[in-house]
Amino acid sequence: MNKKLSLKNAGTFLVFGGPSIFAFAAVVIIPFIVGLYLTFTNWDVRTGDSSLIGFSNYLEVFRDKVFLQQLWFTLKYVFFTVVIANVFAFFIALALTRGGRGEQWLRTGFFTPNLVGGIVLGYLWQTLFSQVLPYLGNKYGWELFQTSWLTNTGTAFWALIIATAWQLIGYLMIIYIAGFTGVPNDVLEAASIDGAGRTSVIRRIILPLTVPAIVICIFISLSRSFLTYDINLALTKGGPFNSTELATYHIVQKAFLSNQYGVGQAEAVVLFAVVALIALTQSYLLKKLEVES
Amino acid sequence: MNANRRILPGLRTGFLYLLLLAFLTPFLLIIMNSFKTTQQFFESPLSLPTTINFKNYASAFDNMDFMQGFMNSLIITGISVTIIIIFSAMTGYLFVRYKWKVNSFFFFLMLASMALPFQVLMIPMVMLYGNMGLLNTKLTLLFMYLGFGVPFGVFTFHGFIKGIPYELEESAFIEGSTTLRTFFSIVLPLLKPVFVTLLVLDVLWIWNDYLLPSLVLLSPDQKTLPLSTYTFFSSYSVDYAPLMAGLIMTIIPVLIIYLFLQKQIIKGITEGALK
Repeated sequence: MNKKLSLKNAGTFLVFGGPSIFAFAAVVIIPFIVGLYLTFTNWDVRTGDSSLIGFSNYLEVFRDKVFLQQLWFTLKYVFFTVVIANVFAFFIALALTRGGRGEQWLRTGFFTPNLVGGIVLGYLWQTLFSQVLPYLGNKYGWELFQTSWLTNTGTAFWALIIATAWQLIGYLMIIYIAGFTGVPNDVLEAASIDGAGRTSVIRRIILPLTVPAIVICIFISLSRSFLTYDINLALTKGGPFNSTELATYHIVQKAFLSNQYGVGQAEAVVLFAVVALIALTQSYLLKKLEVES
Repeated sequence: MNANRRILPGLRTGFLYLLLLAFLTPFLLIIMNSFKTTQQFFESPLSLPTTINFKNYASAFDNMDFMQGFMNSLIITGISVTIIIIFSAMTGYLFVRYKWKVNSFFFFLMLASMALPFQVLMIPMVMLYGNMGLLNTKLTLLFMYLGFGVPFGVFTFHGFIKGIPYELEESAFIEGSTTLRTFFSIVLPLLKPVFVTLLVLDVLWIWNDYLLPSLVLLSPDQKTLPLSTYTFFSSYSVDYAPLMAGLIMTIIPVLIIYLFLQKQIIKGITEGALK
């Protein structure tokens, strides 16, 4: 079992590992290496020219005011989406882990937006924001809804957050429920015998004991919202006047529409670094709060 | 106090159902209005439809080439999920049972790659496969899904196979069974719970994926359902009634699967995330 890989058992390796390792290498490893190399070249798809140009793509990324603005826009969007989705998911999950009647159905219901892909989700909310809400606004004189939220940068920003968070809530809820089920019942009983109120039970017992679930949920919501593409495409198409382009949307435009592959790839690498940094910091900070039950 | 105890849970459940209703209003509004004419929708988007007619559905069905998108999605999702699951199970087994240096090297690479966002890979991937003339075929897309799906699959199976006692396989080997046969007749049947988890997560991912197919599949007859939804919507952006019918139609296939598998789906998400 612990023998070395040799010619005799190379067949086992090839049969069991061959297809998946080959696909993995061809789709992940090689493109990753080529991608890093690409950021140092001025590769042009039309002429086929390519030469090494050092760090100038990265300089370009940081000189590109539009990208920096969109990165900032993305950071704000991610922040609000993560906070809103997690807070709602946490409390809905809390309400749905008491063993009450109909819980299974309620969970099923809250999860349904996750069956739908970003394109469908985006168009669904686009219809609501551009038609249904303005209808209500005009009928009842609510100023907030009288014009479509998608025609103004500030409100389109919130429209994007609402659409994304709406989907994320159900997914995160499931993970929070799993986390809450792991909180031992005797601890909760002991607390209620000692006369602890509902809020202090949540703050002092449930929160610290579900830190692992919180870490996972924040990580999932961070990476999902950082990489939002199709909701953005279907809901606002980056408009009005490119003001709601999230980072991923911008990268796709840059690379595949304006043919600036090197700069686009450098932007992708910068985005990756930002995501990794934030994700690692949050899980490091939260893990410190973890306790044993 | 006693009366409170009886009434309160009922109230809470009632409140939660109301909350759920509010939460699902977007779906309800779209369903309601998909039976009206566009004119009726503009005039009163909140009223119930007076007649149930499927005209919008028929016209969306034709205009977005629903059957073609559906068939393409079905083929792509079906095949890629199957190959991801089978090959990752085999590789997971290899990595657990044979402690070769190559194995731990590749296992480490796969673990590390899970933190890698697709956006870092998409530009070089399109460039490389485009240069080789491999874009615009389902085969390339299937291969790519295999490559992207394998790390998580191997990781999940790896964790599970580690817990299976080796004695079962050992006795099979003593009786002269080959590794391949042992794997398929003894190990594979034990992996069923992990199968379901992966099946659920991969189906939801691949069925709804937009970005990757949009970069690989370029000709209209190759389009998956999300791609045809997009083309349909971006070119018919005025006529809301058939649009809403189109949205509902793209949701229905997954909804049917969900109603049958909801327990497993929720279990799958939990297990997939907490691993």
